[in-house]
Amino acid sequence: MTEVGNVLTNSSGETLSRPAQALRWLFFSDYLVLALTFVYVGALWPFVPEIVSLSNLVDIFLQVLPLFIAALGVMIVLMVAQIDLSATSIMAMGCVVGASIMTSEGGYLAGSPIAAAAAIGAFIAIGLLIGLLNGVCTAVFEMPSFLVTLTTMMFFSGSAVWYTDSGSSIGSLPSAFLALGYGGIGGLPYAAIITVALAVAVHVGLTRTVFGRWLQAVGLNPSAAAISGVPVRRVVIGAFMFSGLLSSLAAIIYTARLEAGTPILGQRILLDMIGAAVIGGVSLFGGKGKVIGVLFGVLFLSVVDNGLQLLGLSLSSVYAIKGGVILFAAVTDAVRHNLMARG
Amino acid sequence: MSEVLLKVQNLCKSFFNVRVLRDVGFELRRGAVLGLVGENGSGKSTTMNIIGGVLAKDEGLIELDGRSIAPTNSRDAQALGIAFIHQELSLFPNLSVEENLFLDHFPRLTSALPFIDRRKLRELARKALELVDLKVAPQTPVLRLPPGERQLVEIAKALSRQARLIIFDEPTTSLTAREAERLFEIIRRLRAQGISVIYISHILGDVMRLCDDIVVLRDGQVVASEPRVNFTIERLVTLMVGRTIDQLFPERAPVSGPRRAALTVRGVSQPGVVKDISFDLNLGEVLGVSGLMGSGRSELARILFGLDPYSDGEICVGDTRLVPLSPRSAMDRGMAFLTENRRGEGLMMEASIADNIVLPSLIEQSHGFAHFLRPAQLSGVARGVAARVQVNAKTIDRTAVRMLSGGNQQKVVIGKWLLRAPSIFILDEPTRGIDVGAKYEVYKIINEMVEGGAAILLISSEIEELIGMADRIMVMGRGEVRSFCERANFDRETLLSAALWD
Repeated sequence: MTEVGNVLTNSSGETLSRPAQALRWLFFSDYLVLALTFVYVGALWPFVPEIVSLSNLVDIFLQVLPLFIAALGVMIVLMVAQIDLSATSIMAMGCVVGASIMTSEGGYLAGSPIAAAAAIGAFIAIGLLIGLLNGVCTAVFEMPSFLVTLTTMMFFSGSAVWYTDSGSSIGSLPSAFLALGYGGIGGLPYAAIITVALAVAVHVGLTRTVFGRWLQAVGLNPSAAAISGVPVRRVVIGAFMFSGLLSSLAAIIYTARLEAGTPILGQRILLDMIGAAVIGGVSLFGGKGKVIGVLFGVLFLSVVDNGLQLLGLSLSSVYAIKGGVILFAAVTDAVRHNLMARG
Repeated sequence: MSEVLLKVQNLCKSFFNVRVLRDVGFELRRGAVLGLVGENGSGKSTTMNIIGGVLAKDEGLIELDGRSIAPTNSRDAQALGIAFIHQELSLFPNLSVEENLFLDHFPRLTSALPFIDRRKLRELARKALELVDLKVAPQTPVLRLPPGERQLVEIAKALSRQARLIIFDEPTTSLTAREAERLFEIIRRLRAQGISVIYISHILGDVMRLCDDIVVLRDGQVVASEPRVNFTIERLVTLMVGRTIDQLFPERAPVSGPRRAALTVRGVSQPGVVKDISFDLNLGEVLGVSGLMGSGRSELARILFGLDPYSDGEICVGDTRLVPLSPRSAMDRGMAFLTENRRGEGLMMEASIADNIVLPSLIEQSHGFAHFLRPAQLSGVARGVAARVQVNAKTIDRTAVRMLSGGNQQKVVIGKWLLRAPSIFILDEPTRGIDVGAKYEVYKIINEMVEGGAAILLISSEIEELIGMADRIMVMGRGEVRSFCERANFDRETLLSAALWD
């Protein structure tokens, strides 16, 4: 979208040397994060060689899948220059309601052959409904999305605890549902198939459909979009519903892996979701985001997390370091934004 | 004291090894108004930014009162008595007038403590406002003031700092005709007090009326620097563009056939905005709309395009009444709307030329149930439009609109609507802030559309533009239609007084 040619020369106009040029290109490219991931793994290798062991790589891969789905939802809302903090509460709410439907210990549809399907339907319906609520409050009542989703997050996180009577978890989920966690077909986990299908769908949706272009237009300039015939409110509502949908799909995989419905599902991954999107180059200023970038962001954060745990760091220090990394990414985004604005 | 206040000699400046100023030189007398004209990119702003301390010069000499100066920031320039009033005002709308006036030198209760002497502040502010004849309470928040009064606050700010030289960069772009007249009056008064003024504007008529001397810049060089009496508007234009433009407004072939109404507006009202607006806009004509800012002309345009609501009356396109009212329904009936706010509402500044051009037409260019798009098809149609409106850019897919000049940006906005081949085109200030050459091209595009049978509603603050382009002119004031004027009876004075009448 911006002229790459202009950023290849520095401010005094002279041409840069070849390695400096390559570095500069990397700084502005989507692959910066991927390169940093490799640098990080390389740096940790001497200290914790098991970071590149097959079993660890599989661990990371499995960990990446649902986080990637959820981060895509965050990206879509960031594209329209809004924010969705309610994702984890959507997960928790879907998780407890879904589990209460299908659990064989007194579930609404215990033992029924359609229990798992109905539960999945409940997950999705909850995601769409909470997304709709967020979207309507933001787009129609013109409230700041930060406030709207912060309060829906509190409301539904609390409701999920209330729903399960003081936060006990619901076990005994049907095996057909649990298969979504670690099961697979021909060595390929279902979770991976779902994730790839969703990622491709989101990518195509963003780049090759009218809705994707509208998301971008609303994020870049809502007034210009409205005058160009873009139904701005519907696009914003759609973005929140899409985000809710993706959160609930991620919640399905998480729940199946946990083999239980619990109101604290996903409580600690909000930072990871937003962080992964920002690290992956989704602009907090709206209008800019790529699926591949988010993938690299999720990968990077998961690898950082994994490496720090292998090093034996405590949970709180892992948290602190991740927070620092995300802050750094946000600063980089702002710097890139300013540099590009200057051309 | 010599008669010359400011002397600029051999001023040179390059950006990225591109020379933007070459040996620029001129003199400004004490108590004189110097007009500075030139196309966009001719070096006007760069010259003024150097004098105002915003940019550093590469070479050359600037003398103020016989002393060589080289301000390195605007604070330096201020201390030297140079005030620069930018196109976009630098006031804080959330603060009061008095706070804005004395923001960086509040009078204090005691010099040792950081407490503001409110009483002294008010008194000083009142004195400063008297100098510009602005009758508002000093404690009024700036956001409550109309643009013209904000400008006066800015001037009062300059005067309260003992400015000897005030530079105005396009000061009238956001002013109504009456506010502009008031500004000119103030400038004349400043001149009488011995304060020198540099006045930059695209509106050559204003420059001719206001200035004592005129400097014409082209491609970073001074091509003429003479007393005003030596110039005519035609000569100024010729000097600015470096070639002769036979006319400011291109010829249009008359459209034959019976008049058919494209847009019928009957009794449209919205309390506090417009009242009982009725008119017909015919196919194959340009209906000019004249009026002050706040006369309801832009508000009417927004209502017609479905952006704002109306409570009474009806709007018909052809024979069908336009309901529901939304930009989409208006567009589906063949309407298009170019807003007066190009950056804020017309364009996605960070997006490419192509992305901007196709935005209103995405639905029409899509395929299948999910409205799929084919990137190659989109860039194909965008390229066609860009060529038709002659956007000057290397690549339309990669160049962000932000990088383009004002004139080229405006062509992109026009292009995005041309792609829809509208039969009714509402143009609100289509040539604001763009240079003479680009204006001419915009006029040509308008003419082509009219010759093709389209109906144009042309809203403009420039009377000359309306006289040059319109078949009829509708004068608006206070939200109402004041009068209609046929081409045969166009007269600058009558039109101006009709708009100014209150």
